[in-house]
Amino acid sequence: MLPTDSVKRLSFKRCVSEGDLVIVYERHDNMKAIKVCESAVLQNRFGVFKHSDWIGKPFGSKVFSSKGGFVYLLAPTPELWTLVLSHRTQILYIADISFVIMYLEIVPGCVVLESGTGSGSLSTSLARAVAPSGHVYTFDFHEQRAASAREDFEKTGLSSLVTVGVRDIQGEGFPEKFTGKADSVFLDLPQPWLAIPSVGKMLKQDGILCSFSPCIEQVQRSCETLRSNFTDIRTFEVLLRTYEVREVKMNSFQGDEDRSTELPPCKRKQRLNEEGNGLENPSPPVVMARPSSEARGHTGYLTFARLKCAA
Amino acid sequence: MSIELNSNQNPKITWEGCNVLLDINDGDRLLFARLTPGSTLKIGNKSCSLQPLIGCHFGSLFQLETGDKGPFLSPVVEVSNQEEKGCKIDEPKDNRALVDNNTAQSLTGDEIEAMRREGVTGDEIVEALIANSATFDKKTSFSQEKYRLKKQKKYAPRVLLRRPFARSICETYFKKYPTRIGYLRVDSLSLLLSMANITAHSDVLVVDMIGGLLTGAVAERMGGMGYVCNTYLGVNPYPIDIVRMFNFSDEICKRIVQSPLAELSARENEISLQPGQPEDSCNTEKLTSPPPNSVNMDELMVTPENNNSEILTTAASPVSKACKAAKAGGKAPEVAIKSWRETGFSSLIMAVPDMDAWTIVKEVLPLLSFSAPFAIYHQYLQPLVTCMHNLQLGKMAIGLQIAEPWLREYQVLPSRTHPHMQMSAFGGYVLTGTRICST
Ligand SMILES: C[S@@+](CC[C@H](N)C(=O)[O-])C[C@H]1O[C@@H](n2cnc3c(N)ncnc32)[C@H](O)[C@@H]1O
Repeated sequence: MLPTDSVKRLSFKRCVSEGDLVIVYERHDNMKAIKVCESAVLQNRFGVFKHSDWIGKPFGSKVFSSKGGFVYLLAPTPELWTLVLSHRTQILYIADISFVIMYLEIVPGCVVLESGTGSGSLSTSLARAVAPSGHVYTFDFHEQRAASAREDFEKTGLSSLVTVGVRDIQGEGFPEKFTGKADSVFLDLPQPWLAIPSVGKMLKQDGILCSFSPCIEQVQRSCETLRSNFTDIRTFEVLLRTYEVREVKMNSFQGDEDRSTELPPCKRKQRLNEEGNGLENPSPPVVMARPSSEARGHTGYLTFARLKCAA
Repeated sequence: MSIELNSNQNPKITWEGCNVLLDINDGDRLLFARLTPGSTLKIGNKSCSLQPLIGCHFGSLFQLETGDKGPFLSPVVEVSNQEEKGCKIDEPKDNRALVDNNTAQSLTGDEIEAMRREGVTGDEIVEALIANSATFDKKTSFSQEKYRLKKQKKYAPRVLLRRPFARSICETYFKKYPTRIGYLRVDSLSLLLSMANITAHSDVLVVDMIGGLLTGAVAERMGGMGYVCNTYLGVNPYPIDIVRMFNFSDEICKRIVQSPLAELSARENEISLQPGQPEDSCNTEKLTSPPPNSVNMDELMVTPENNNSEILTTAASPVSKACKAAKAGGKAPEVAIKSWRETGFSSLIMAVPDMDAWTIVKEVLPLLSFSAPFAIYHQYLQPLVTCMHNLQLGKMAIGLQIAEPWLREYQVLPSRTHPHMQMSAFGGYVLTGTRICST
């Protein structure tokens, strides 16, 4: 998924080859991650697609099925991955993820701790931000989930950047060996306040913590705990409003006087009905936008805090 | 596995010549400064040296004190945590008996000045003011805390030393000079960087008409690996002086390059006109034209008054600035341009808040490799709408979406949790999508 070194990158022709992970795009709300395998086929409502037809085509190509249906083959990115990964838990989405990466001030080379791993949606973006020399250590107490996440990082080619550990972070805290080593820590746990004392030990001076919680009561308790050795405690909610773009034909209002001289009222009505908008000045279609009527109304609160500097 | 990965890439301690963000009195005033032995900071009518800030941890807190040799910044040692104050919930006191007039305080301004001259610390003055306030005891503990804070800000102002990051630089500009960055709020900037898949070892095409904030934010995410290529229409590159605020190492600066659009797209044109022409000769003509930006950039370095003077402290001398000037924005190397022409850029990121987006997009999109994501910022909706529609009609991209980020901050306090009373109602629009192979 990531261009991990410059040598590989320059020779990288961005063509689909055997074993690649591709995102098959049907529509913006219908995508799927698939490993390319010469002998395999993809079957969907558009027909049967042979993987062998894909090999050698550039990423971003339109490919056709036996029936003439088509899909696009895209190179995976953390954003696309978040849209196609299998939901084993609630996950973080792009608006929260992008804000978290920015506010945690993560740059290449950083060491980031995370718990719980969940479905690895956030971890994928964390990995991109610390690459190529940093590392993400992520922990979940659910063995199965940790194992599935590990498989996913293998699939997306991120396993050299992300290590998944099985551990009860609320009960035991992060492993001692990370004491004073973390640039930032992210928590998505049911009782984050239980893990906060450990986070204080793990962070480097001036390091930043983010805790994501869906409920305000969780935020309240976390903030109370944070006040003892963190500063800059700030809580945000971030959402996205999306827009629909359409070409619309608008009927322009025609003054009565001009037209009443041309036609008797009954005739005029008839003509308007037949022809839709005004005959004399048909207005050209206009491209317009309006907010989509449905949107995610709440995901969670993001609380950030910086470890106090021991002067 | 070794966990010690990034000690010098991500320094945590200030050095002489580094740029810092100074947060005065808890966000009341934010400003950028360069730490040199000679640089000074003015707070109220007092001026103090920034020398004590050199060699300190980012995140350190200082307080303005007055000594024999005048005002100076002294590190604040936080005594345990006195935070739990102001947390009592069921309080019998309220403010019905308080009369707001100026007679409640019995210390006069002259007396306070005299105390200062004698070297009484700011904290002691605040305590004296409280002791001499007739109404302090009648206040609720919440308003007592407010009173203390107000006096502390005035008589013992605090300066917090922050490392400039894309986040804090964006927030500072958004707060002080939003028009210079086209109202790009930090959540919109975050979305742009994610959606454009910015990471180390990528080749990012940037159109930055917001003074270099975008360029700097992209470069920060790439850590000096890969290229940030700024392109521009015409002969003059767009100014990127905000890049200076980021404290970039030379390695990172070298990876911030500029190239006129005509040069980046040269091959396509040439090929259609004269196929078979060897690439080198195509370029010679372009190479002889003067590198447009080097002069321009130097000017920006030596005259901080140019664009951002209000945001920088005035003290740093222009000379020291020039010798430490980052070399960001050099001309893109030939080999890189050649490889971009062959394989395309890995993504596009754009902020052109006063331009017609489509006229630029239709020129720059073909420079991307297929399947490359792009993210475009605008302060107006309509240009992005037009752009999205045209991309759809031209079957140039898929996964198109226009989003408007919305950001709300909360006050979280025992029994007093609610959204902030004031919020930013607008932080711009972002159009995102993925380039496809149209053949
Ligand atoms: C909502 S999910 C995290 C989703 C993740 N942020 C993502 O974007 O995919 C929460 C995870 O925390 C894990 N968890 C809950 N309590 C935990 C604990 N005490 N220690 C470690 N992990 C825990 C759960 O198993 C679950 O997988």
